[in-house]
Amino acid sequence: MTDAALPAAPITQAYELDSPARRARRRLFKRKAAVFGLVMITMFVGVALLAPLVVPYDPIATSWSLVRKPPTAAHWFGTDELGRDILSRVVYGARASLLAGLISVAIALGVGVPLGLLAGYRGGFVDALISRITDAMLACPFLILAIALAAFLGPSLGNAMIAIGISATPIFIRLTRGQVLVVKAEDYVEAARALGNPPWRIAFSHILPNILPALLVQATLSIAAAIIAEAALSFLGLGQQPPAPSWGSMLNAAQRFLTQAPWMAIWPGLAIFLVVLSLNLLGDGLRDALDPRQR
Amino acid sequence: MSIMRLTILASALLTSLVGAAQAQSTLRIGIAEDPDILDPSIGRTYVGRIVFSAFCDKLFDIDEKLNIVPQLALSHETSADGKEMTIKLRPNVKFHDGEPLDAEAAKFSIERHMTLPTSFRKSELASVDHVEVVDPLTIKLVLKTPYSPLIAQLTDRSGMMVSPKATKEAGDKFGLHPVCAGPYKFVERVQQDRMVFEKFADYWNKDNIHIDRVVFLPIVDATVRLANLKSGGLDLIERVLATDIKDVRADSRLVLSTAPELGYLGLTVNIGNDKAKGPLSQSAKVRQALDLSIDREALNQVVFNGEFTPGNQWVSPTHPYYQKAFPVRGRDIAKAKALLKEAGVTSPVTVDYMIPKGAENEAVAQVVQSMAAEAGFDIKIRAVEFATTFKQAQAGEFQVFQINWSGRIDPDGNSYIFMRSKAPQNDGGYANPEADKLMEDGRTTANVAERKAIYEKMTKILLDDLPIIYIYHRTLLIAHTTKLQGYKQMPDGLVRVVGLKFK
Amino acid sequence: MLNFLARRIVQIVPTLFFVSVLIFSLQQLLPGDPALVMAGEERDPAVIEQIRQQYRLDQPIPVQYVYWLKGVLTGNFGESLRNKMPVRELIAQKLPVTLQLGSMAMLIALLIGIPAGIVSAVKKGTVWDYAANLFALWGISTPNFWLGIMLIFLFSIELGWLPASGYVPLTENWRASLAATIMPAFVLGNAISAVLMRHTRSAMLQVLESDYVRTARAKGLSERSVILKHAMRNALTPIITLGALELGTLLSGAVLTEQIFSIPGFGKLIVDAVFNRDYAVVQGVVLVTATVYITLNLAADVAYILVNPRLRG
Repeated sequence: MTDAALPAAPITQAYELDSPARRARRRLFKRKAAVFGLVMITMFVGVALLAPLVVPYDPIATSWSLVRKPPTAAHWFGTDELGRDILSRVVYGARASLLAGLISVAIALGVGVPLGLLAGYRGGFVDALISRITDAMLACPFLILAIALAAFLGPSLGNAMIAIGISATPIFIRLTRGQVLVVKAEDYVEAARALGNPPWRIAFSHILPNILPALLVQATLSIAAAIIAEAALSFLGLGQQPPAPSWGSMLNAAQRFLTQAPWMAIWPGLAIFLVVLSLNLLGDGLRDALDPRQR
Repeated sequence: MSIMRLTILASALLTSLVGAAQAQSTLRIGIAEDPDILDPSIGRTYVGRIVFSAFCDKLFDIDEKLNIVPQLALSHETSADGKEMTIKLRPNVKFHDGEPLDAEAAKFSIERHMTLPTSFRKSELASVDHVEVVDPLTIKLVLKTPYSPLIAQLTDRSGMMVSPKATKEAGDKFGLHPVCAGPYKFVERVQQDRMVFEKFADYWNKDNIHIDRVVFLPIVDATVRLANLKSGGLDLIERVLATDIKDVRADSRLVLSTAPELGYLGLTVNIGNDKAKGPLSQSAKVRQALDLSIDREALNQVVFNGEFTPGNQWVSPTHPYYQKAFPVRGRDIAKAKALLKEAGVTSPVTVDYMIPKGAENEAVAQVVQSMAAEAGFDIKIRAVEFATTFKQAQAGEFQVFQINWSGRIDPDGNSYIFMRSKAPQNDGGYANPEADKLMEDGRTTANVAERKAIYEKMTKILLDDLPIIYIYHRTLLIAHTTKLQGYKQMPDGLVRVVGLKFK
Repeated sequence: MLNFLARRIVQIVPTLFFVSVLIFSLQQLLPGDPALVMAGEERDPAVIEQIRQQYRLDQPIPVQYVYWLKGVLTGNFGESLRNKMPVRELIAQKLPVTLQLGSMAMLIALLIGIPAGIVSAVKKGTVWDYAANLFALWGISTPNFWLGIMLIFLFSIELGWLPASGYVPLTENWRASLAATIMPAFVLGNAISAVLMRHTRSAMLQVLESDYVRTARAKGLSERSVILKHAMRNALTPIITLGALELGTLLSGAVLTEQIFSIPGFGKLIVDAVFNRDYAVVQGVVLVTATVYITLNLAADVAYILVNPRLRG
């Protein structure tokens, strides 16, 4: 149950037999904040998955007689500018946001980790080239990069994910590369090399497992950042297309009605805050739990 | 603890920061966008026109009823064959740099609009063959063909006069430091922040100028614009949200000025360029079904609190050229369904519906989507960045394109370029020889009654063919403080500063 | 040390080259035709063609790049397509605004982040620690555009204490200037203060457990002077370098914050330029931003080495 909620379930499974992993998990569960984060995330994921079953109304069903009504017993979060139920839209928005967070970080991991392994392990010109491009991408403001990419790909939720994923890639390249440089000098890697293992096998079966904890922590925090970025892009109109809800686009619509219907802005903002907070708590917990220096 | 005291202290500090009152006699106007370049030949934004009206007078102006009234010109006369227009200029008019505005200068200005390579006024003045100086205060425009909308063009940017001396020195950078003959002269501009103008001492109508300075401040968010007006940070704002009007009316310190706009919001249907050959492009019946599925009044109520005007023609129902014989039809779902059946299409009819991104556009689109769904249309909204819409529109990459047109004083400016076959903005590729002929006739006919008769025939055709489905006409909504007096709103949306004073 | 510095400086050149290629190619890929965007409602094909020629938009991208690069190397960043202002002038106009906003944000971040970090480390495990941590989490978890909207709602619309938007230069009216920038500066500083707080906390914890502080305590110095004189000085040096790095984050954060508060700085300039496809402006601003960012990085590295003599090697 809890394992399934972890953003990188297979990784924890691979660790099942190692005693450090079990120890880490035990340490994680000792931290109340991290457990709180984990529970919240599980809840959000559950609600997002079961959205059609839990929402009281169709999130895109308009009602001309219920335009911008404050919260009532029938509509707990009130209604929006087209008379749609905000609670239902926030729930469906969770799908968009969580999916955007997961997929964009998956893209960043999928591109960044192999490149980082390559740069760190091979060194030389390849390293210099990858490192300079990484520096160049890091030197451009993250959001500008994402905005430009999203504009290039055309506004849609899928394209926003790709744009955020690519913009988040350099962090993973740099992190992986740095970790590889540390691990590369360890005895067992030297030994594996002496035994004549091909470089790619050393990279994937000896180095990668050792840098996983650091990647896991960064991935959790990056999902949080990606969710904020998706909201920002949708807020600027470069994400989810109407009428499908996303927290960012709901905030965008809410901006015009700040005086008359402040509830339109409060709920989606609160939802972003809670998810991001939970991910940060979980990320912190993971960092502490996986830190070998801590007992 | 002393949280209470801290709050009081903080609020006192903050109010004292803001409280630094400015010496009045500066009119601060909140506009919805940052204008492009302030050169009347190159300028192309609606918001730019608002700023121009503070410093760049035109040959003619309009009144509330869209009548042409003199400004820098005193009178105009068109020859019997419609091919010559003689314009008498106002004497003793000076540009901001002290140069006189005489016939030579007027000729220079109009020729600049016509010949500057990047001038967007070329098409507006395309009918003009050349300009002649008759005497020091009279010019004559010699036309290639009679063109009745010409005088209306001269009430807008094409009629703005610029100082020949300053223009020659600045070239196409003139807009960075414009020199015109308006009530205020340019002081400075900080991009995306403000444009400052000060009273021009030698203005021809200087007795009606009571305020020392005018500052335009671009503030994109309408809620924030209104908040600034309420807090006293601004004296006048344009484009108040229809949904905020109740708020403005309820505030005793604010005054609302309104006028029906000249433009419209329409759904351009892709008839001639639709690669997918969707049902909308193939059959007028399907277009009529879409038209009948929309409840314009309900849309107006939901999105604009009922403050706008539902419409079905390229001019609003209050416009002198509106064809009263063809009023807005009510919603009729049964008939829409019947039409779809007659056209032999199977519902749902999928429609690729392009809109420029923006909360208001999206709200309108979603209402249309929801209404049309009941008649059997499956509208797929595609909100595109503004920068991409025109490119995609020109390439025909849409089936319906929901777009605003800011409107022109002459009805020709709202119809010809959008529906004449092969016209530059005819994105839907509509082509009907009969309609083309009527549009051409409308341009060359000067007599108002005759022109109306031509447009009546045209309206009948266009309402059957429906190359553009008109939805509503906005109401121009300007709010200002009660301290500001003498403000009058004209249908062109410009903010006229002459005659304004502070109580 | 010199060797290291030289190597870092040499690395800047290829990095900047990649930045320029990246930004140039990215925006050339952007859909939409800048000439058409510029024309807006007035789409006269002949004029649009003329604009394309004038700005070399009709030429192959590599050719455009070479022209642009030539200009940049001679200090000419081109001119804005939208309003014909030289990009250099636009940058000079906007930079002070963002610098003011940035320094105010940094000041707020330092004023909140460092004391909070110290208190939470010294009083580890107490209510103060939890409160500081809670604050830090709030800071990094709030989307700053939402916080901005909420602040406008509260302080401008409901309470009417602060102007909702706009900017007044410091030189013109310092009080109005501060009033206009305090909210956006807080929004920007809030997130950074959280990061600073966390780092200060962990650095302080480390120092407090070090032999060196233990010795100071053993010598019988008061707890107060141990913390203020000994621990803080050691813990804060890395924080200063972190602060320099966070200035880069500020530039990124300014993008949306300036948009929401209508602050005419770098962030607003670049977002509007991207949406208007004003290529020369995007290129110029990103290049300057990247240069600033890279320089700050370098400065942070150097500072770090200077305060950690062990690393000088």
